[in-house]
Amino acid sequence: MKSCIDTIQDYGLRSIGIGERLLPKSDFTLCEQFTLIGSGMIWNIYFGLMALVTGYFLAVTLALGKSASNPWARKPAEWFIFIFRGSPLFIQFFFAYFFFLSLKKSYPMFDMLTSAWAGALIVLFMNTAAYSAEIFYGALRTIPKGDVEAADAYGMSGWPRFRRIVWPTMMRLAWPAYTNEAIFLFHATTLVFFSAFPAWQQRGDALYYASYFADKTFNPFIPYPILAFYFILLTLTVVGVFGVINTRLNRHLPAERRAKMRFRLNLAR
Amino acid sequence: MFSYCADPDTLGTFRWFSCYLTNGVHLSFYMSFIKVLLLLFITAPVALAVGFGGAMATRAHLAPVRWLGEGYIAIMRGVPDIAFFLFFVIALDQAFEWTRHQVLCPDWDAPIRQGNDFLVCPAAKLPLSTARESIHQAYSFFLAVITFAIVFGAFAANVLRGGMRAVPHAQLETAAAYGMSRRQTFWRILVPQMWIYALPGLSNLWLILIKATPLLFLLGIEDIVYWAREIGGTKTSRFTDYPHEDWRMWYFLFLLVFYLSFTRVSEILLEKLTLRLSHGQATTGGEALRKEAAA
Repeated sequence: MKSCIDTIQDYGLRSIGIGERLLPKSDFTLCEQFTLIGSGMIWNIYFGLMALVTGYFLAVTLALGKSASNPWARKPAEWFIFIFRGSPLFIQFFFAYFFFLSLKKSYPMFDMLTSAWAGALIVLFMNTAAYSAEIFYGALRTIPKGDVEAADAYGMSGWPRFRRIVWPTMMRLAWPAYTNEAIFLFHATTLVFFSAFPAWQQRGDALYYASYFADKTFNPFIPYPILAFYFILLTLTVVGVFGVINTRLNRHLPAERRAKMRFRLNLAR
Repeated sequence: MFSYCADPDTLGTFRWFSCYLTNGVHLSFYMSFIKVLLLLFITAPVALAVGFGGAMATRAHLAPVRWLGEGYIAIMRGVPDIAFFLFFVIALDQAFEWTRHQVLCPDWDAPIRQGNDFLVCPAAKLPLSTARESIHQAYSFFLAVITFAIVFGAFAANVLRGGMRAVPHAQLETAAAYGMSRRQTFWRILVPQMWIYALPGLSNLWLILIKATPLLFLLGIEDIVYWAREIGGTKTSRFTDYPHEDWRMWYFLFLLVFYLSFTRVSEILLEKLTLRLSHGQATTGGEALRKEAAA
């Protein structure tokens, strides 16, 4: 009987290949399940965080593109957003994986794209960029026109006007919805290893390990609640961090005009 | 399918494809699209009904019922929906078998959970081990429908609750002033008016439901994702008359296009529905329609 500390040392970083190679085969202890599923969360956080940070920049660009009057900028942005929001993420993963696979066949240098850490990240990056772009676009259209007129009156235009007036207001208006998007992006990361992307050497995410335990023990009532526990924790963290940023974005406003953080659930992709 | 398909090796490109796309496995592939549509059209009303129940529960007088409704909605927020899909498929199956076991085999004394196994008496198995293959498929489809209804019921409950809250309070007060009971107010005043407020959320939910259908694959149903993977994979001439390379990319591209057009068509239809329901409503949309008619 191993103590729990040993289990954590063996399996705490199992999902990134550090520690014990072999997964436990039978007689799973509660500690093992907690540790391995928690270890899988590393992947969920990696995918979510990286996609969120990189996707943000593409999202702002796409939102600006969609609101541009020039069709050469508007049309591509509209199509990009439509394609990624109009189709299931699950199918996008499958398509991307097989696309990368055939790409690799012709050009071996694309080898890394068929592994989850790069390939799935690209899909998540583009997916969240499309969803966030729609949110930012909506915010962009509701910027009070007085703000922009005031900027014009001060002689601001182009980059300074965007940087100092349009962008901060857009962020402030979009932030509550963007928080939801971030939460659902983290939830969506659980799809990665259930689509075509292989979990190399059984290094999977939290749901991968949870379903491993459920399949082996034929008892879903322990691993899935553990997974739920981790995700509720993650969700609360995201809400907390985004709430701090929200407060900062709204700090110049009188208290009653501040955008309330409303937590809406509506996105399964 | 066609008479000239007898010897595929001799065919030109167009004829080869016309034969290839109508062979047996492809017909199963096309049938699986019907399966997806069937799931959608069964699940949508069921989920709506579950959601309506949930939303009603959150307005209940009795505190425990209210907590039940609130808890049901809240638990779906923090946890990824696909975890629920994977969970409910096993959990529901075991719940049904356990109940049947208790009813049908009261004398069975061996424990149900033996180590890593879940053992019920043979008479309680679902479906019975003697049942036909189609029964097995229908049963797993049935489980999928319930799973979808539970998960999307929570989403619908949240939307409908928002709709109920959005109905102007003066309407309810007027009803009370006319001496209507709570029940009468709910069914005659609140329910008919809430739909227009809930519609944007429900349209959104419908689009989300469409996009969730490929998750059927995870529930062990032979759906479009399953067939696209099966048929698309590399086939050598040893196993089929239609050898080809790895075409899975093209099959999934086709699915992508299918879903894109499906959501687009739905969007257009939902827009029309919104327009119709806006007639005579005290909303900006209804006001715009009234002005249009007057002009």
